[in-house]
Amino acid sequence: MSAEAKKKPGLAIWLPLILFAGFFALVIWGLVRPADREVASAFIGKPLPAFDLPPASDDRPGLSTMVFKAGKPRLLNVFASWCVPCAVESPQLAFLASKGVEIDGVAIRDRKPDVARFLAQNGNPFARIGKDDLSQVQLAIGSSGVPETFVVDGKGVIRYQHIGDIRAEDVPMILRKLEEAGQ
Amino acid sequence: MNRLLPMKRLLIALFALLLAPVLASQLSAQDMLPPAPYAYKQLSDPEQEAKAQALMETLRCLKCQSQSIADSDAPMAGDMRHQVRTRIAAGEDPEAIRQWLIERYGDYVSYTPQVKPITWPLFAAPAVILLLAALLLRNRFRKGGKQ
Repeated sequence: MSAEAKKKPGLAIWLPLILFAGFFALVIWGLVRPADREVASAFIGKPLPAFDLPPASDDRPGLSTMVFKAGKPRLLNVFASWCVPCAVESPQLAFLASKGVEIDGVAIRDRKPDVARFLAQNGNPFARIGKDDLSQVQLAIGSSGVPETFVVDGKGVIRYQHIGDIRAEDVPMILRKLEEAGQ
Repeated sequence: MNRLLPMKRLLIALFALLLAPVLASQLSAQDMLPPAPYAYKQLSDPEQEAKAQALMETLRCLKCQSQSIADSDAPMAGDMRHQVRTRIAAGEDPEAIRQWLIERYGDYVSYTPQVKPITWPLFAAPAVILLLAALLLRNRFRKGGKQ
């Protein structure tokens, strides 16, 4: 036997081990990597689907798609009185409203008295609040939870989606997205 | 026995104390609305219901993520079932409903992989592997025949 013939199986014998090591590394990476549980809407860049929701509050009108075609960018906030982080983000929404940002709410699976109590406790930054009892608008815009906030430009096109509560440090970014949507 | 009882009571009280915040937070993070009309109610037409059921088993619950909407009791999954059932009752094609959801949530919402530029290797791989195996075997058998 020549020396070459002996060498060949010597290298090949390591191949399964190398493959296994690669597979093992992949599994460990999958385990260690923090899980991404957010489902981003695929509807960004698309026009809001047509909807017309009845009011969820006695002192604010309901919400329809028409409002978003008035030429000025607005925020669409998907919230619920039973959602804890929704209360947490209310100071940020109040601040945005005080800066002249128009915010419309969609209350998911909510009752009028509960919404009234929530707004009395946390303030009411909303110009309009629609009542979405069957999560129909939520599904139609690709939102998968509460709270979520969408930046909608003056033509009714969704430009940005913020998943989860708006923290104080997110406010400048939201304002920037609104500005971009207005250009 | 008598000495064990107060110990047991203490343990139960401790357990309840530990569980209380968990239960309370779960209760407060749930809506009070009754489920959507068709969340738990089947369609009266068995053929349509079968179509709806087949589709619901292959759609992901977005709240629970490793369950299908047919398996989940999350209110949002109930609303999705209502959406699926009412649309099928209205005569919509199940695959059109799946596409409607994929347009909004991406491929992630569907448990049935779609043939797309990024997924075609998934469908081609078995055929390629079979072909490769057949070629290898053919060579083997040929060699065997000659010897």
